[in-house]
Amino acid sequence: MSEQGIGARVLRKEDKRFITGKGRYTDDIRNERQSYAAFVRSPHAHAKVKSIDTAEAEKMDGVIAVLNGKQLTDDGIGNLICGWAVNSKDGNPMNMGAWSALATDKVRYVGDAVVLVVAETQAQARAAAEAVEVDYEELPAVVHAVDALKDGAPQVHDNAPGNLIFDWGLGEEAAVDKALAGAAHVTEMKILNNRLSPNPMEPRSAIATYDEAEDHYTLYTTSQNPHVARLVLSAFYQVAPEHKLRVIAPDVGGGFGSKIYIYPEEIACLWASMKTRRSVKWTSSRSEAFLTDAHGRDHVSTAKIGFDAQNRIVGLKVDTIANLGAYMSLFSSAVPTYLYATLLSGQYDIANIYCNVRTVYTNTAPVDAYRGAGRPEACFLVERIMETAARELGVDPAELRRANFIRQFPHETPVIMTYDAGDFAGNLDQALEAADYKGFPARRAEAAKRGKLRGIGLASYIEACGIAPSAAVGSLGAGVGLWESAEVRVNPVGTIEVLTGSHSHGQGHETTFAQVVAERFGLPIDNIQIVHGDTDKVQFGMGTYGSRSGPVGLSAIVKALDKVEAKVKKIAAHVLEVSEDDLVVENGEVKVAGTDRSMAWHEVGLAAYTAHNLPAGMEPGLKEGAFYDPTNFTFPAGTYVCEVEVDTETGETKIVQFVASDDFGTIINPMIVEGQVHGGIAQGVGQAMLENVVYDEDGQLLSASYMDYTMPRADNVPSFAIHHHSTKSPSNPLGMKGCGEAGAIGTPPAVINAITDAIGNNDLQMPATPPRVWAALQAASAKIAAE
Amino acid sequence: MYDVTYHRAASVDDAAAKFSAASDGQLLAGGQTLLPTMKHRLAAPSDLIDLRGIADLVGVKVSGRKVTIGAMTTHAAVAENAELAKVCPAIVKLAGGIGDPAVRHQGTIGGSIANNDPAADYPAGLLALAATIHTNRREIAADEFFTGLFSTGLDEGEIITAVSFDAPETCGYAKFPNPASRYAMTGVFVSKGGGAVRVAVTGAGSDGVFRHEGLEQALSKDWSAAAVDGVKISADGLMSDIHCDAAYRANLIRAMAKRAIA
Repeated sequence: MSEQGIGARVLRKEDKRFITGKGRYTDDIRNERQSYAAFVRSPHAHAKVKSIDTAEAEKMDGVIAVLNGKQLTDDGIGNLICGWAVNSKDGNPMNMGAWSALATDKVRYVGDAVVLVVAETQAQARAAAEAVEVDYEELPAVVHAVDALKDGAPQVHDNAPGNLIFDWGLGEEAAVDKALAGAAHVTEMKILNNRLSPNPMEPRSAIATYDEAEDHYTLYTTSQNPHVARLVLSAFYQVAPEHKLRVIAPDVGGGFGSKIYIYPEEIACLWASMKTRRSVKWTSSRSEAFLTDAHGRDHVSTAKIGFDAQNRIVGLKVDTIANLGAYMSLFSSAVPTYLYATLLSGQYDIANIYCNVRTVYTNTAPVDAYRGAGRPEACFLVERIMETAARELGVDPAELRRANFIRQFPHETPVIMTYDAGDFAGNLDQALEAADYKGFPARRAEAAKRGKLRGIGLASYIEACGIAPSAAVGSLGAGVGLWESAEVRVNPVGTIEVLTGSHSHGQGHETTFAQVVAERFGLPIDNIQIVHGDTDKVQFGMGTYGSRSGPVGLSAIVKALDKVEAKVKKIAAHVLEVSEDDLVVENGEVKVAGTDRSMAWHEVGLAAYTAHNLPAGMEPGLKEGAFYDPTNFTFPAGTYVCEVEVDTETGETKIVQFVASDDFGTIINPMIVEGQVHGGIAQGVGQAMLENVVYDEDGQLLSASYMDYTMPRADNVPSFAIHHHSTKSPSNPLGMKGCGEAGAIGTPPAVINAITDAIGNNDLQMPATPPRVWAALQAASAKIAAE
Repeated sequence: MYDVTYHRAASVDDAAAKFSAASDGQLLAGGQTLLPTMKHRLAAPSDLIDLRGIADLVGVKVSGRKVTIGAMTTHAAVAENAELAKVCPAIVKLAGGIGDPAVRHQGTIGGSIANNDPAADYPAGLLALAATIHTNRREIAADEFFTGLFSTGLDEGEIITAVSFDAPETCGYAKFPNPASRYAMTGVFVSKGGGAVRVAVTGAGSDGVFRHEGLEQALSKDWSAAAVDGVKISADGLMSDIHCDAAYRANLIRAMAKRAIA
């Protein structure tokens, strides 16, 4: 390992500009004659739009245009779509309702955009938006997934009868039923997965500019995947043809999935810039972000797990209702299906699994992928029911897990995954050792003396990253391939630009990707520039989500580096008059092995571009591209141990110890990986104990600001103990697995298992707030008293 | 935010005059509630009359056990006052627990009690300490001042100049912060002095801060946590919201009262 290569704790190159306030985010950009957009949004969860009166607004100071959905549709702008087709069990396609960027006949959730106002200043745009009068006829609303399926529930979309989008299944139901019928013990439970708001630090923003002279559009936007944005905007929404649209995602301040999707605002701003011949800018307020950023999770599930007399799992049956909100967001169908049910085998050898998923429309914000996307829901279910089963069976939860671990790889699960590597027992052992699991009874007794209830909980998670291969996801309904691209440009002076289709919005790619190049050629990372986020600069790429930048994005870079190295050796062999096979590239030199003869790296670059002395027939230049399509998903896994103390008088719960043992495969920069895990655990603690999106029965969002939506803060989390026990992924050249989501996946069940252990009542749903924990304690005491 | 005309008052009289002259004026006393409300376009005063520049309204005076706090004294200034800490540590602790450092350096005691947010800390402290609220027109006893949810005994245009109280023999404050806003989900201020025990509860009541007679009676006889355990605390009249229900708030009144005494 070199000082800046793979495995080095290199400080993040990008942090200098971020921590000195010099980051360049979308809202920092201001074009010539910049105009500003404001949206008129529905105050009702469900209503018919009877009429729209814009006369007052149009007369107001600075107003350039007031635009509505009919004009948008008349101009041929297409509806927003879900890009992953999931069929029902009976073979019928999903019931996708129409979603216009500006609602025409009906609004379906509070925040649904109806009218767009463009004005000279933001204040003028907002003032005029308030002057638009929309005459609504209110309709009854439905908020909860279970209610949406009830007879007589308000109908959100006409073409989704009973609000059912699809009724999907995975696995063999009859086999699972048979296995459960013959089981020595069956544990059954209802498990809710609370709805979350993504809350990236930077709210969404878009600046659309139409250039009349070139008949060309430029969109600056807060996107995790600018090429996908361009593709969808052109191919499906007909905003502009792909070659006439440049999408730039400059510095982006966090996404957590919420910036994967195309939202109505980008479409409307692009269209408005063409209508007005002005650059149109919109930046979401935090209130708009709460209302309209795609939410995460929101599952209601029942699960049954059966064991034989030796406590080996014989079957798992799951029924889930997933709330997708008012419209199907871009990947909303895949999250509760192929990213969820496929992970229900957890780390365990389970012969029979069946999962039924019904997705429903409600009058709430659209729900889509949020950090972990389906895998946290699967992990929470599996790890809650394993812990519960252990308590019912009277066995140590760690040992019940160990007895059921998969130990042979590759392992094919009944839910279409092939796990290719892992050492689950190794991670469990490391976590238990680091947490002093054996010493817990003494710690519990000591806490009891102080009047505190101490509990411990485990979660042995597995997830799947780098969704792939493209042919496989295509066969499951994906509208896109999930490969990645890279181009490596070696300049005449030897410095390097790497153009990647991945996108960094906090992950630190400018550092880690440079480290891989530095390792390869022995160059300082300052000589390597990572270029991303601009469709005019970078070849088509798929972007960053699902912890894919390492396993997929870096693999494409490695493939391009292979090609560069091959050409470098050919040039050097020719100049030095030796065989390529005798050459090695290290420390910024191409050396003849075993001699002191060499060519400096920059000399090779110069030779490639002067082309004075190249091998016969070789093209000048030193630039190579690659597309990489993985052979399989990667499977990060590990065990988390959480220890809590509960105050019996208030239900206040403090996490007193949190230990993680992760298997991420090869780690490029341990410091950055730890940062990812810290953030993931904090978000996991947020879901488990703090965060909850709450709508009232009329569909009004009650948790609409930080006064009511609880984000995790420093004093909500302990100092984490992060450990690694790694096996390499055989599915990509560096052996990487991905680390971005693990913390958010493994943490919630570990926390809830710990709290329920402490209070002696397993009936506790997330978020486990002090009032809920206190109520569960009261119920537990009442039960003891009754007995 | 809508357009607003900003004024900086030179004196209390000047502030009163400017307020009278404005069509829909608002006094600005730190602005920790008013300014966010205006930013959300939920309030649109024509004029803001800022009291910040009025030197007479700032400062903490401790004379024996008599305490006077100027209306425009920030929470941070109260929290850091060593003399006050000697005679009434609970009020110092209360001030130091309001919001975050930015709020504590902008927000003022006068602004807080004039707003009388049902989850604010100061109303509990001043009610339990039997404080007197001084205005540019009169003196008002705390019992008459806090009249309900976001309402006070102040008349239109009346300006708080100071609060005063006699530091009691002993007092204490404990709050259970709302996990999101960190306002008091329930806060209890207890004080004992001059033969009287007063217990004021904030954050819990449907109609704002209130005195808890049951706790006052029990603690008058026996100033102890055990006495608190013996009191029946009703959930009637307490708030229920998305964070917790009235039963939990009733439980918190007990738990916070015990912590306040400890």
